[in-house]
Amino acid sequence: MNVKKQFFEGLITQNPVLVQLLGMCPILAITTSMFNGLGMGLSVMIILTCSNVVISALRKIIPNKVRIACYIVVIAGFVTMVDLLLKAFVPALSKSLGLFIPLIVVNCIILGRAEGFASKNGIGAAALDGIFQGFGNMVALTIMCIIREFLGAGTFGGGILNGGKGIQVLPPDSAALGMILPVGGFLTLGIFIAAVQYFMNKPKKNKEVAK
Amino acid sequence: MESITSLLSIALGAVLINNFVLSQFLGICPFMGVSKKVETALGMGMAVIFVMGVASAVNWPINEFVLKRFGLDGFLQTVTFILVIASLVQFVEMFLQKAMPSLYEALGVYLPLITTNCAVLGVVLQNAQKGYTFPEALTYGITGGVGFLIAIVLFASVRERMEFAKCPKSFEGFPIALVAASLISLAFMGFSGLKVW
Repeated sequence: MNVKKQFFEGLITQNPVLVQLLGMCPILAITTSMFNGLGMGLSVMIILTCSNVVISALRKIIPNKVRIACYIVVIAGFVTMVDLLLKAFVPALSKSLGLFIPLIVVNCIILGRAEGFASKNGIGAAALDGIFQGFGNMVALTIMCIIREFLGAGTFGGGILNGGKGIQVLPPDSAALGMILPVGGFLTLGIFIAAVQYFMNKPKKNKEVAK
Repeated sequence: MESITSLLSIALGAVLINNFVLSQFLGICPFMGVSKKVETALGMGMAVIFVMGVASAVNWPINEFVLKRFGLDGFLQTVTFILVIASLVQFVEMFLQKAMPSLYEALGVYLPLITTNCAVLGVVLQNAQKGYTFPEALTYGITGGVGFLIAIVLFASVRERMEFAKCPKSFEGFPIALVAASLISLAFMGFSGLKVW
């Protein structure tokens, strides 16, 4: 498998969130500050890579009929590890992500990659797939965070820069609180995916015209 | 009397104020995936109510009498709960197939999908975190499912109408559905701060 091709698939053409439309819950729920987005993205990337490697290594041992249950146990094990590590070393992140860390178990990206890729490919390819798909997910999460935080609170890099408060870009009065609330989550993601579809369809059209 | 009012306020909170889908963002995947027709949305909603109720009822004693008693609740909760839910869904599927074939037919493919519905795992984890008693946990599970049903049926009826509406090409399909979901969520924000007692 071509590494470069895998990278572009994970980041753009097969981006887990924006193209495959998997893992919708975290991308809507926790993308309110950059700290949350990066933390969630990184956690998912680590769990996805580890579970991909283990499932790929066990792919010949796991019986076909109970494979989904086996995958879930492997994933849940890694999620628990990450959950406990975050509680110990980054309590602020653990607190602001809350319920959504244990819920990574049922994140469709991880189960989807286990079923669709890791169970059919070797360990090396599965590890790379985990890293690239996780990276694509992290980029999408972070972009969502930046947009929503900018419009909803008028800040940039909340939770990381400027002692956790973020840099005030817009005057606080002009921020639209709705963008931080659930309403803004649905709206931003809708427009974001529409924009991605628009730009993905564009080059194809140009090629057709050129032909 | 005290306990009945607390149960009612939990129910009201789960159905309207903190609706699982529209304000807690749990169970978005089936909400988006199975909401093209009102009929299928109704089937999915029913299945979710059932599984959420049973999952709450089964996981509560496991958490209380096994995990807490042996001091395992710190690190085995997630693994245990998801395993119980996965096997429960499998069991419910087999039971319905034998005992109530008509209901089984109606629910069809939606049953196995419920395993990866984060609303089910979410409600069980919340029950454990909030330290609910058994009746409270059961109420929260069932009414959470009712909230899911209301949201998905409303959303499906909106989507059915949108089939024939014109919209920009890049918005077709999923993006416009998200925008519609945003408007429904805005409507549900009206319930926030609602207090009866």
